[in-house]
Amino acid sequence: MAVLMDSTLPTRRRPLGTLIGIAVIIAASVIGYFLFPNNLALLTRIVATMLLVLSIDLVTGYCGVATLGHAALFGAGAYGAGIVSAHFGITEPLTMTLIGAVAGALAGLVSGIVILRAHGLPQLVLSIAVVHLFHEVANKASSWTGGSDGLSGITTDALLGLFEFDLWGRTAYIYGIVLLLIVFVSLRILVQSPFGMLARGVREDPVRVAAMGASVHSVMLRMYVISGAVAGVGGALNAISTQVVGLDSLSFTLSAEALVMLVLGGTGSLYGAMVGTVSFMWFEDVVSAANPFHWLTIVGALLIVVVLFAPKGLYGSAAAFLSRRRGGER
Amino acid sequence: MQTVLSIAIDALAYGMVLFVISIGLSVTMGLMRVVNLAHGAFAMIGGYLASYATRDLGLGYAPAILIAVVATAIIAVPIERLLYRRIYGAPELTQVLMTIGITFCVIGLANYAFGPTLKTIPLPETLSGSIDLGFRAIATHRIFAIVCGLIVAGGLWFLIERTAFGIRLRAAVDNAPMAAALGVRTQLVYAVSFAVAVGLAAFGGIVGAELLPVEPYYALRYMVTFLVAVSIGGAGSIPGALIACLLLGAIDTTGRYLAPEYGEFFFYLAVIVIVTLFPRGLAGRFK
Repeated sequence: MAVLMDSTLPTRRRPLGTLIGIAVIIAASVIGYFLFPNNLALLTRIVATMLLVLSIDLVTGYCGVATLGHAALFGAGAYGAGIVSAHFGITEPLTMTLIGAVAGALAGLVSGIVILRAHGLPQLVLSIAVVHLFHEVANKASSWTGGSDGLSGITTDALLGLFEFDLWGRTAYIYGIVLLLIVFVSLRILVQSPFGMLARGVREDPVRVAAMGASVHSVMLRMYVISGAVAGVGGALNAISTQVVGLDSLSFTLSAEALVMLVLGGTGSLYGAMVGTVSFMWFEDVVSAANPFHWLTIVGALLIVVVLFAPKGLYGSAAAFLSRRRGGER
Repeated sequence: MQTVLSIAIDALAYGMVLFVISIGLSVTMGLMRVVNLAHGAFAMIGGYLASYATRDLGLGYAPAILIAVVATAIIAVPIERLLYRRIYGAPELTQVLMTIGITFCVIGLANYAFGPTLKTIPLPETLSGSIDLGFRAIATHRIFAIVCGLIVAGGLWFLIERTAFGIRLRAAVDNAPMAAALGVRTQLVYAVSFAVAVGLAAFGGIVGAELLPVEPYYALRYMVTFLVAVSIGGAGSIPGALIACLLLGAIDTTGRYLAPEYGEFFFYLAVIVIVTLFPRGLAGRFK
């Protein structure tokens, strides 16, 4: 993993960096709101996917686990939030989000236990098998999940009893941005905490971390559960904003696409995950409107180019370039 | 009894097709340590070319197979030189992304060139009927697929265990720098084995077109199946791959016959169990 995830991260806590990050997210979302007032649904979907990509970053970027099955966690959150609303009448959006997070964390625990048993190629295969298993279970349990028709009948109350989820998706969008900010700040604290450091140590050299007396497996499993909670929040946001949960939220394709977004932006950095998601999904929206198959060709070519020429991703390469510039001036 | 027999025949044929396609992946993975997710894309290219040769050029089945296999191998050589050579020894994530990228490109281009519809490869008369065993008729094509699998397994065993090239190949697998120091041209060995692997994938794609229909998303749909077969068999082992493919073929076919409403649930459940029990594959040296 060393080539892709060259450590460009600072090792000390930087509250200033977090503040700048918050400011950038707010500025970007305000710009998005006014640039695309008729396309807030897309923007909300981008935010939800961003949460999924951030959660992959936690295990792939910070722990070095390659996974092609992370949509299982996202889908678990989406179905968790959707099912309590459609079948149990729990329509309070905050509660739904919380349940989504719990469902995602549980899915993270289960898939973490399975996936972390192997390394390398078998690990990759296990992650693929896990997401397919989740997919088949959701398909089979159609009385709960709606099967291949998707889970419909999700209703949500007004947020905090004040803001109705309107047809334009304004409330959902703002709710998504607030969730993203909360997750972003928590993850900043998490990755700079001693636990985050330990996770990075596991990625760099698991043998050494084990020799230091820390349990590699338990660090990775805990990270998997946290990652599941983040992905679950993303899934719940998706369920709340679209009011429907489809089987595609548990698909291998979504897992692979999300991993591509992460690598496009740059692994091992929260900003990279967010930059990658926005560029990928915006680009997809533009190109696939023209022709979905050309979109595949272009994504493929883009991936090859990124792997060959910008292995640190868009954000990673830009950050490296800037720090080189700054180093030159000094 | 009839059901058991049809399951057995279908499972055997499916497993053999799986074997023909994934053995190439197994060899390249054992040799070059590349997680090649684009392997199914080459099988798909083979299927498309064979379909084009038989339906549009009016060639017979045998020459179409030959042309398609050779053409696919020729297509693969520059790809190996330009793209794959750069990711030998790279981290798995890099390899996965690069080869997924190649797969996406191939899917997009195949759809552009041949359209989104399903392509058939018409079978010759001798293969399209069925053979009567007295108590039961068996589709000739299934038998053909099984025989092809056996021939490939035997041929590969001979190539690897009994020829000078096989000795070089095994030397390069065991210790590439040492083999190179002893005068084995490892780059050439890599290129040749990659071409052979891709040719086999194309061959499997054509022979198995009845079981795994050729369409643009072929590369993505079966990519996982091939990867699973190699991971379970253990990369670089012919007997391992054969056992794994037959086992997976049996599980998948039985599941489809007896519990179709569960989809691939049992297949992936079995995969998790097997990988957990044998993390290095049934006969693997893959680390």
